[in-house]
Amino acid sequence: MVKLATDEQEMLDGKHGRAQQRAMEILVQYAEALGAERFVDTNNVHLFVGFHPYPEVIKILDADELASRFLLDTEEKIVVDRVKAFNTTHIWAMDLDRWQIMGAPESLHNLMESIRKYSIRTGICLSATCTPYQVGNVPIRGEHCAWTESSAVPFCNAVLGARTNTEAAHSAFPAALTGKIPLWGYHLKENRRGTHLINVQIDVRDIMDWYLLGYYVGEVCQLAVPVYRLRVQRAPNLSMLKGLNAAGASSGGIMMYHIIGVTPEAPTMEAAFSGNRPKETLVYGESERRQAYENLNCAMDENVDLVNIGCPHYSLEQLRDVARLLDGKKVHEDVTLWIWTAYQLKAIADRNGYTDIIARAGGHLMTDSCPLNTNLFPEGCRVVATDSAKHAHYAPAIGGMDVFFGTMQQCIDAATTGKWRGELK
Amino acid sequence: MSDIVLTGRKVFGGVAEGEALVTRQNISTWGGVHAVKGIITERRHELRGKSFKDKVLVFPAAKGSSGWSTVAQVIRMAGQSPRAMIIRDISSLTGIGAVVMRVPTVTDLDRDPTEIIETGDWVKVDADNGIVEITKRNRGKDRS
Repeated sequence: MVKLATDEQEMLDGKHGRAQQRAMEILVQYAEALGAERFVDTNNVHLFVGFHPYPEVIKILDADELASRFLLDTEEKIVVDRVKAFNTTHIWAMDLDRWQIMGAPESLHNLMESIRKYSIRTGICLSATCTPYQVGNVPIRGEHCAWTESSAVPFCNAVLGARTNTEAAHSAFPAALTGKIPLWGYHLKENRRGTHLINVQIDVRDIMDWYLLGYYVGEVCQLAVPVYRLRVQRAPNLSMLKGLNAAGASSGGIMMYHIIGVTPEAPTMEAAFSGNRPKETLVYGESERRQAYENLNCAMDENVDLVNIGCPHYSLEQLRDVARLLDGKKVHEDVTLWIWTAYQLKAIADRNGYTDIIARAGGHLMTDSCPLNTNLFPEGCRVVATDSAKHAHYAPAIGGMDVFFGTMQQCIDAATTGKWRGELK
Repeated sequence: MSDIVLTGRKVFGGVAEGEALVTRQNISTWGGVHAVKGIITERRHELRGKSFKDKVLVFPAAKGSSGWSTVAQVIRMAGQSPRAMIIRDISSLTGIGAVVMRVPTVTDLDRDPTEIIETGDWVKVDADNGIVEITKRNRGKDRS
């Protein structure tokens, strides 16, 4: 049984209102499901609220009722006053400004507007991105967080040295209401130690390489804590680790890892394992890289309908690079080009002329969302090209798409010619 | 009479029994399950196309998206829930997922349930007491 501190017991007893009481009820059930012994305070929650799943199942328009039914999992209408913890939000059902380009129905837009107003009223900070760490939510080493978004979690844990499990809509919202999360999993130092050693024999050079490494290791290691030992020491940057994280949390469930000599809890191999004996030692070489590539590519028809890039949301570096590639080019008339980023980064892209270059080429710089969240692909779309292993992993199951996976350059080539000519080099 | 009894602990309480649907592959509900139809849709999953409705779903762990509980909740609302879940390794996603799925769920069993239980076995899950009783579908086969 989970032990409650005085303030937690008070919340559970309803002394601070029904919303906190219901949130605490869920958190206690959750802690018992995990086998957690107590809670830890958190003041950093990445929420998942901007999403209405399956309108065919629930046809409610009132935001308080919706939040009660979905986020607080109750038939009782609970009106939330203010959430307690600092928070940001995961992607929204659609681009808040360009939802019509996505083909979103007006009814869904109206519904999302009521959720937006609810969010503002209750103190939810609308950031609408899968990459909170790019737009003002950068946890500090050791900070206890409650983050949704499987690709953001390893950034929080492994790259920044902060602490979170992969939370879900139903654990993050109660965490924001109460400022509490079960002290379990990656909040505890002993669970952050490496479990598997990955000897990376080949040079991991670019973003695609990091996606492939993550996709292979995620599939083999699943929920493990891999320790990457790079034969060719080359420090990855934000765009590369964003790819590694997204891939490893798609083919598997990697929430924490170490790169020896790179990530903060792994200055040495000894520190990365901290007394754990590796359960397995794996080799990652050319054939493993090729296997990941082939697992991601399932399209046969070279005629591409949609080029979808920016999953997770593109970094400033990627926005600059894609603008350079598109400068003076024209997107093929049979192709839709969607480039996804966070709202704040688009503001910088606007100021630097990237948005204009993309628009002149016939592409769309989109924000807040992605086609997977609400299954909004262009009409008639069948073949998708992407530079994201995450999008390539999910688009077949969610949208029924055939997918080509490659580099940003190969994707822009497909956007301008209408044909996929990418291959593994 | 059950053939095998496993003991573990409750994740979500209750008692239920049914036919087992077993996978040795982890499950991503968001992006891997169609909630309203109650079927596995992940492209390279061994249960692709299979329905888990009214089964005792036996799987190693969750993987993938943080939308796990969102989809689990819609599965419940759409009436597509399994009767019970047996999860080898609990994680944050299956922990909160079981809370909103609201079906009897156990974990931390004394033996690997994905090795012991086969699809088609009759399984009773007494989550309140952390007990799983298995009646083998094919009693002539070797027992573990």
